[in-house]
Order: sequence, then structure tokens, then C-alpha cells
Amino acid sequence: MAQMTMIQAITDALRTELKNDENVLVFGEDVGVNGGVFRATEGLQKEFGEDRVFDTPLAESGIGGLAVGLSLQGFRPVPEIQFFGFVFEVMDSIAGQLARMRFRTGGAFNAPVTIRSPFGGGVHTPEMHADSLELLMTSTPGVKVVIPSTPYDAKGLLISAIRDNDPVIFLEHMKLYRSFRGEVPEEEYTIPLGKADVKREGTDLTIIAYGAMVHESLKAAEELEKEGHSVEVIDLRTVQPLDIETIIASVEKTNRAMVVQEAQKQAGIAANIVAEITERAILSLEAPVLRVTAPDTVFPFSQAETVWLPNATDIVNTAKKVLTF
Amino acid sequence: MVANKPAQLDPMKTLHEIEEKFEMFQILNEEGEIVNEKANPNLSDEELVELMSRMVYTRILDQRSISLNRQGRLGFYAPTAGQEASQLASQYALEKDDFILPGYRDVPQIVWHGLPLWQAFLFSRGHFMGNQIPEGVNVFPPQIIIGAQFIQAAGVALGMQKRGKKAIAITYTGDGGSSQGDFYEGINFAGAFRVPAVFIVQNNQFAISTPRELQTSAKTIAQKGIAAGIPSVLVDGMDPLAVYAATKDARERAIKGDGPSLIETVCYRYGPHTMAGDDPTRYRTSETDSEWEKKDPLVRFRKYLETKGIWSEEKEAEVIEKAKEEIKEAVKKADAAPKQKVTDLINIMYEENPYNLDEQLAYYTEKESK
Repeated sequence: MAQMTMIQAITDALRTELKNDENVLVFGEDVGVNGGVFRATEGLQKEFGEDRVFDTPLAESGIGGLAVGLSLQGFRPVPEIQFFGFVFEVMDSIAGQLARMRFRTGGAFNAPVTIRSPFGGGVHTPEMHADSLELLMTSTPGVKVVIPSTPYDAKGLLISAIRDNDPVIFLEHMKLYRSFRGEVPEEEYTIPLGKADVKREGTDLTIIAYGAMVHESLKAAEELEKEGHSVEVIDLRTVQPLDIETIIASVEKTNRAMVVQEAQKQAGIAANIVAEITERAILSLEAPVLRVTAPDTVFPFSQAETVWLPNATDIVNTAKKVLTF
Repeated sequence: MVANKPAQLDPMKTLHEIEEKFEMFQILNEEGEIVNEKANPNLSDEELVELMSRMVYTRILDQRSISLNRQGRLGFYAPTAGQEASQLASQYALEKDDFILPGYRDVPQIVWHGLPLWQAFLFSRGHFMGNQIPEGVNVFPPQIIIGAQFIQAAGVALGMQKRGKKAIAITYTGDGGSSQGDFYEGINFAGAFRVPAVFIVQNNQFAISTPRELQTSAKTIAQKGIAAGIPSVLVDGMDPLAVYAATKDARERAIKGDGPSLIETVCYRYGPHTMAGDDPTRYRTSETDSEWEKKDPLVRFRKYLETKGIWSEEKEAEVIEKAKEEIKEAVKKADAAPKQKVTDLINIMYEENPYNLDEQLAYYTEKESK
């Protein structure tokens, strides 16, 4: 099996689907000759031609509109938004148009669009590049939101996203692009959307996380293990819709849970999970479900980033509160 | 060696020269006389009668829609009277395979392109079945977000280009819509990709209440196409022959692979912005209204056709009768549509319901069974 970084796994998934389905089109700013600013589309234009993999003018709303229009002609667009911090420019195309395509037309049209975009902190980008804005997407009915945390998951999830007949927002954490390699089969495979993955099994506490925070949570779990606590870590993989079954089954087993998100506390994916657990499993709980999040400021200037972002130590500290409640 | 003539720093001159170049394209004047024989599209008598019939029919549809709205039998409605030439003559220049992305005032074009009228009424009533475009009808539901249809049209046209179709995407907005970022992105993308798209700005003088001159310092909206590098034309939007000829010309260029065009049709809406409480007397005078009524597309086209001896009061009465009859039938059909349910709406969110919608479906199934 090949060892790949997450970005290589993503390129591999794009190549797989460009090969499998001639309706798949990859486009965005600098995705052609340049292979994308992170090189996610490296070599794809050369391999599949300018008709399938192409650069657009610099305008995110235009890229979104292009995706809408191309879906109306039966294509399966996979546009890239260069940085997810630029999503505000394309919000109408996502939330106003793509998310409503099936709904507005009573199923006459659908939008099999996968919008890929790098997001997330820890890589010292300039302002307005790195924000964790996934809540804007999860609070938009009509789209699915996928956030992989490993190279293996990235490939299987991206292939599923592209094959999905509804719009999928596929968010790629910038810090995970090249931070480690993992085993990735060279052949094609899919990972179903909406299914979480138990990345570590445990019996005393459930940590629910996604994206880069999965790795911080795993580090924290190891720390806690040293102190005799058995911690389960659930990687959501899809944050909309949630895999509520896996979450609840775990909570019913461990009786204690916490949620970790890189986004601000008020950007409430974690809040929603807490609410779901409360509604469905309150009698299983031995302690309040606590959250580890970033503070409710705007995403910080890069010098303060390291402290601003939640890390394994924050998670350990909160975990102890939940474990000893 | 001849020295290069040094360029003068005179951007005002450049601007004025470009603006002066945009003359109003007209074929049929207000008196119903051909003033531009060379540009006459030479429609057959049959075609002229058909186009006139559609304009008369649509004027009646507008009157009936307003009255149905007042009776509470229609919902959201944006009046169309005054814009018949702009709307219907441009649609008349299309082929069935062409794809229309309308704004919300552009329901007549999609109806004449194949959307059943009863569905248009359901759209007005806020029923999702109104937007369930039948297979083979090449239209998108009316766009509500002003300008969004321009970037989408670039996408549809790009798709057509990739499929090798001999068809175009055509989209409409108003003078206000031409101020939107999506307007510029749409014409710019379409130009950059050289796709078969036709962008029509129906400059009906007011964006709700805001007059054309407050939208932009540009003398014409047509000239905005120049910056995107696409051919643009300023057209008398009350003249059906001019609108038809300009659209046909743009379409032919697009089909040939020469890329998109922008057409500004200068027209007027006689009615309010929509039937939801807009009062035009707050922002325009009856003098202005009557100035524009003198330019009426139906009046001039009627004169032209009568002079040719192919139109008469009887013919017009026949069309009006037919329109009224069909409108009545369409209302009946719209009335017969099943009552819209929340459970229906839950089921059209995704191909498959996620857990949250499944649970909510169960709840609303119970709620709606009572």
C-alpha cells in the first residue's frame, strides 16, 4: 500500500473520479498549470486536458455560479475555493443556490457539486485565509459538510462526495495537508458520508472531534491513558449530517463525553452535538458534556495562533473535569 | 524611421468616444414605421402575427395576473406590461434547445419556452410544483437573488460548449441587476471562456424606486460589456423587431463560437415593481408614464401589422378570448394541485434523508395527519 500525505490522497481521489466519470470537471483559481496553490490538482490538467481541469477568472461567486450552471448541463463540478476564508464571496452560490437546487425545483434539478476548500489554523496564513467557517455550512440545509482527518479518509470521502448527487462542502485542513503520511490504497474505495469513525476505542470518556482536532484529541487520549483513563475518540468525518448513532452508542458506553472543535465556541457545531447528546442520552450521562473550542474572537493574527487554537493540553484539562465530575 | 505618435493622457476623451458609439438600435418607430430597413429581420407574415399574438396574450396575462393577485388567488407577481417587446421578441429569437435563466419578472419568456402556465401560477402561489420544470423544457426557475442568474448562465453556456451543443444560454436582469457583482462576474467569465451566452439587461428605468441614473455613472448599461471584452448593443426595448434582430444576431454569433453578447433593452414597466405594496407614484410622475406609453410595443407593432394588412381588431379579439380561456383553465389546474405539505418539502431536500430529516419527517407526518 502506498504511503501518502493528505494532499496526495486528495489528488489521487480527484484523478480517480476524473478517470471514472467524464462529467467530473475540476476548476478554480490556479488549479490548472499551477496545480493549485497547495498542489491538490498537481498534474491533473496535463493528464485530463484543459477541457476537464481548468483555471477560472479570479472571482469566487463566479466559480460558484459556474458550478450551478454546469450542473444544469449534467456535469459533476468539483470547484476549488482557494481558501475557505474567501467563502463569503461565494455564499449565495452555496447557500442560496446550490443548497436549494433540489428543493426549489421539487427534484427536477439537483446539484452534484463538490466544493473543495482548504481551511483551518496553525499554518500562519495571512488574515482571512484560515478561519474555521464550517458552521456557516452546517447551518445551511441542503449541503453536506465533510472534513477528513487522515489521508485514507480523505481519499475515500472525496470519492464519495464527488459521487453524491447533492452538494458537498469538502473542507481540507491546511495543517493536515503534509503533516504526516498514512497508508492509502492505490485502488478506488469509498467511505460513506455521514459515518463517523472511532479512531480510538475506550471505556471512560468519549471525545468527539473532527479535522485537526482529531489528532490533538488522540494525543490527549494518550496522555490520559498514562493516568489510567481509557478514552474513546470519535472522528466525525462528516459534520453535516452527523453520525448520531455512533455518538450515542459511544456515550451510552462511556457515560461521559466532550466535544472538541477548532472553531470558536459560538460557532456551534460542538453546541449542537451537546444538544443532541442531551436530548438522546441524558440518562446515560455521569457528567455534563463539556466543550473545548477556540475563544469567541475573530480568527487571530498569526502570531497569536498557537495559543488561540485548542491543543492536547486544553483537551486533557477539560477531560479531567469531565472524568472527575 | 517614423516616430510613434505619443499617446495623449485624455481618459475623458476615451470615455466620451466610447459612450458616443452606443446609439439606440431601432427598426420600428413609435408610429409603426420601419426606419431601419437594412436591419429588418424580415419575419414572415405568419411569424409577425405569431409574435404580435404572444404580446397581446401576455398583456392580457399580466392584467389577469394583477387582478387574480388582488383577489388573493395569486401570490408573488411582478407585472410585465410595457416589457413585452423586450421579453417576448428576445425569446422568439430562440430555439427550443436554448436555455433560459430568468429573473422573477421574466415568467412570460419561460412560459413561451414551454413551462405550462398552471405551473407559473403555482410558482406565484409559492408551491414547489411551480418550479418542477418538465423534462425537455429548457428553463431554470425564476431567479430571486438579483444577478445570480448571470454567473449561472455563464456556467450553463460553458456546459453547452463542452457538450458541443448548438444552443445558447440566455439570461435576463434589470438596470438594477447590472450593478451587482454577479453581473460583472457573469459577463466576464462568459467572455473569458468565450461561451455561447446572451445577457439581456432590461433597463426599465427603475430598480423598484431607484432611477437608472442613480445605478451607475455609465451613460449606457450596454457599454459595460466593453470592459468584459464582449460585443454589446443598446436596443429600443419597446421595438419588437429591434429586440428580435439584436437577439438573433447575438445568438448566431454565439452558435458560431464567437462568444457571448450583452444587450441592453431600453424599456419601461407600466405597473408597480411587484404586487406586494409597491406604489410607483412615490417615485415617478404620470407625465413620465404617458411619455413611455406613447412608445408602447403593442401599439406600434399593431400599426405595422395593420398597415401590412395582416392584423385586425377581430384577430386581436380572438387572441384575447383565447388568452382568457387558457388563463382560466390554467388557474383551474393550479387550484387542483395537491396542497403543499411540509412532509413533501422534507423529502425534496436531499436524494436520501439524513437522520435529522427522517425524524422530522415522522413528526410532521403525524402533525399533518390530523
